[in-house]
Amino acid sequence: MVTESRGYRVFQLVNGIVLTAVVLVTLFPFVNIVARSFSGEQEIRSGQVTLWPKGFNTTTYEKVMSDALFWTNYRNTVVYTVVATVIALFLTTCYAYVLSKRQLRGRSVLVGVAVFTMFFNGGLIPNYVLVSALGLRNTLWAIVLPNAISVFNLLVMKAFFESLPTELEEAAAVDGSGTYGTLLRIVLPLSKAVLATMLLFYAVAFWNSWFAGFLYMDKQELFPVTVYLRNLIAGATSGTDVTATSEAALQIAASIQAVTIVLTMLPIMLVYPFIQRFFVSGVMLGAVKG
Amino acid sequence: MLQSVRRDWQLYSLAVLPLVFFLIFRYLPMIGNVIAFRRYEPGGDLFGEYWVGLRYFRMFLDDPTFWQVFTNTIVIGGLTLLFCFPLPIVLALLLNEVRTRWLKGFVQTVSYLPHFLSIVVIAGLILQTVSVDGVINQGLRAVGQDPVAFIQDPGWFRTLYVSSEVWQTVGWGTILYLAALTTIDADLYDQAKVDGANRWRQTWHVTLPGIRPTMITLLILNIGTFLAVGFEKILLLYNPLTYGTADVVSTYLYRVGIVSGSFSYAAAIGLFESLIGLALVLGANTLSRRVAGTSLW
Repeated sequence: MVTESRGYRVFQLVNGIVLTAVVLVTLFPFVNIVARSFSGEQEIRSGQVTLWPKGFNTTTYEKVMSDALFWTNYRNTVVYTVVATVIALFLTTCYAYVLSKRQLRGRSVLVGVAVFTMFFNGGLIPNYVLVSALGLRNTLWAIVLPNAISVFNLLVMKAFFESLPTELEEAAAVDGSGTYGTLLRIVLPLSKAVLATMLLFYAVAFWNSWFAGFLYMDKQELFPVTVYLRNLIAGATSGTDVTATSEAALQIAASIQAVTIVLTMLPIMLVYPFIQRFFVSGVMLGAVKG
Repeated sequence: MLQSVRRDWQLYSLAVLPLVFFLIFRYLPMIGNVIAFRRYEPGGDLFGEYWVGLRYFRMFLDDPTFWQVFTNTIVIGGLTLLFCFPLPIVLALLLNEVRTRWLKGFVQTVSYLPHFLSIVVIAGLILQTVSVDGVINQGLRAVGQDPVAFIQDPGWFRTLYVSSEVWQTVGWGTILYLAALTTIDADLYDQAKVDGANRWRQTWHVTLPGIRPTMITLLILNIGTFLAVGFEKILLLYNPLTYGTADVVSTYLYRVGIVSGSFSYAAAIGLFESLIGLALVLGANTLSRRVAGTSLW
C-alpha cells in the first residue's frame, strides 16, 4: 500500500470491530446453548448461565440418551436422509444430463417443465391431499418423493455438465458407446466434484427437514429427530413426568430443550468445517446461469 | 421428430422418471387446486365432488381474519425485505476491505453456519435465547429492567422474527456478492485512483456498479418470494397469544385446512397466494428489464 489515508485506517479499525461483533453475535447462541445444556437447574432458572456451564452436571444428557424414542427418531433421520439423497441424486443427475444436451429436440420444453415449478407450485393443501390420496402417509415415501428433485440443484448440475468439453463424449460415441455408457464411464467420473456437492446439498436438506415428517407421520416412532425436537420446544411433550418433583425431574425440565438442541445439531456442526466449501462453490456454480 | 427420438431414445429415456416426478408431485397439485372451486370431502375424490364456483373465494374475502393475516404477511415480508436484502451487501463490502486472508475466511465460515442448521434447531435457539431465563432477559436484569416475556408478547414477534432472520441469512447472503466483487476489473480501480478517487469514491463509482446486476437479480428473487415468508419458522415460533401479529397467510391456511379440515377453503386461500407470488415475480422481472436492463429471463 502506497498511501493509505488516515480516514481509511480509521475505517479499517471500525471494520475490524464490526466484523468481530458479527462473529460474536453469530456464535453466542451456540455457546450459550451448550453452557445451558450442562448447567444446574437453579443456575438456569435464576438466569446465571451465559458462556460457561454453572452447576455442571450431565443428568439431562443421561436422560435423553437413554430415551429409546430419541434414538429411534435419530435412526429414522439417518434412514430417510440416505434413501432420499440416493433417489434425489439419481433423478437429478439423469435429468440434468438430458437438459445439458443443447442439440436435443424438445430441450427447451424439458427445461421449462422444471423451471416453471420454481415460480408456481400447487401449494400446501393440494400437496397434502395428493400425498394422502396416494397412500404415502406413515411411509418414508411421503418425505422422499415430494422433494425428490430440487430445481436449483438441477440447474447447478446442468450448468456443470454444459461446461464439460464435448470432445470426450463425441469420441466415446464414435467408439460405439451409447448414452448410458458415456454417462457412466466418461461424464460421471469427470463430475465427482459436482456430485459431491449435490450429495451434500440434498443430504443436509433432508437431514434438516421436519415439516414433511410432522405433516405425514402419525406415529411417534416414525418421526425424524427434528420432529422429536419440535415437539419438545413446542411444549407438546415435556420429556419428563410433569408431576414428578424430584431433583432430577426439575433438572431435566430445565435443560432438556438445550440438551436435545445440542444433540440434534451435533452431527452438522462436526461435518460443517469440511462441507462448507462445497456449498459455497455449488451456489456460485448455480449463479452462473440460474 | 420420429427421427430424433430414434437417434436419441437413450437420452430421452433418462428424462422419463424425472418427468413422472414433475407430473405427479408438481403439476398434479397445481391441477389439484381445482378443489378451490369444488367441494372436497376428506378421503373423497382427489379433485373434489361438485362445482361450487367462487364460493370459497367470496368466503375468505369476507373473512376478517384473512385480511388480518394478509396484512401480517405484507408487514413481515416487507420488514424482511427491508433488512435481509441490503445487509448482506453491506457485509460483503466490509469483508471485501479485509486484507488479512485468514481473518476474512474465518468471518465467512462463522457467518455461514446458521444456514446449515435445521429450522427447528434455529427456532429452539431463538426460544432459549429470548426465554424468561435466557440471555436477553439476563441483560435486561443487569441494567435494572424487568424481564420481558418476548414469546408471549405480540408486540415483540416481528422484531424477533426479523432480527433472527438477519442472524440466519446475512452471512450466507454475501456469497454471490463476494463472487461478483472478485470479477470487477482491477484496472477500473487503478483508473479511479489516477483520477484522484479515494476509497469511498472507488466503492461508490466502481464497486457498487460492479455488483449491480447481482443486486438486481437478488432483489427480483426477493420480491418474488416476498409473500412466502418463513412459514416453517413462524409455525415453530408463534402461539395463540401472538397470532395477532405473527399469523400469516400460509400458517392460517395450514390451520384452517389441515388442522380444521376445511380443505377447499384453505386451497382457495393458497391459490390466491400462489397467484400473487407469480404476479410479483413476473412484475419485478418486467420492471427490472425496463428500468435496469437486467432480468432473470
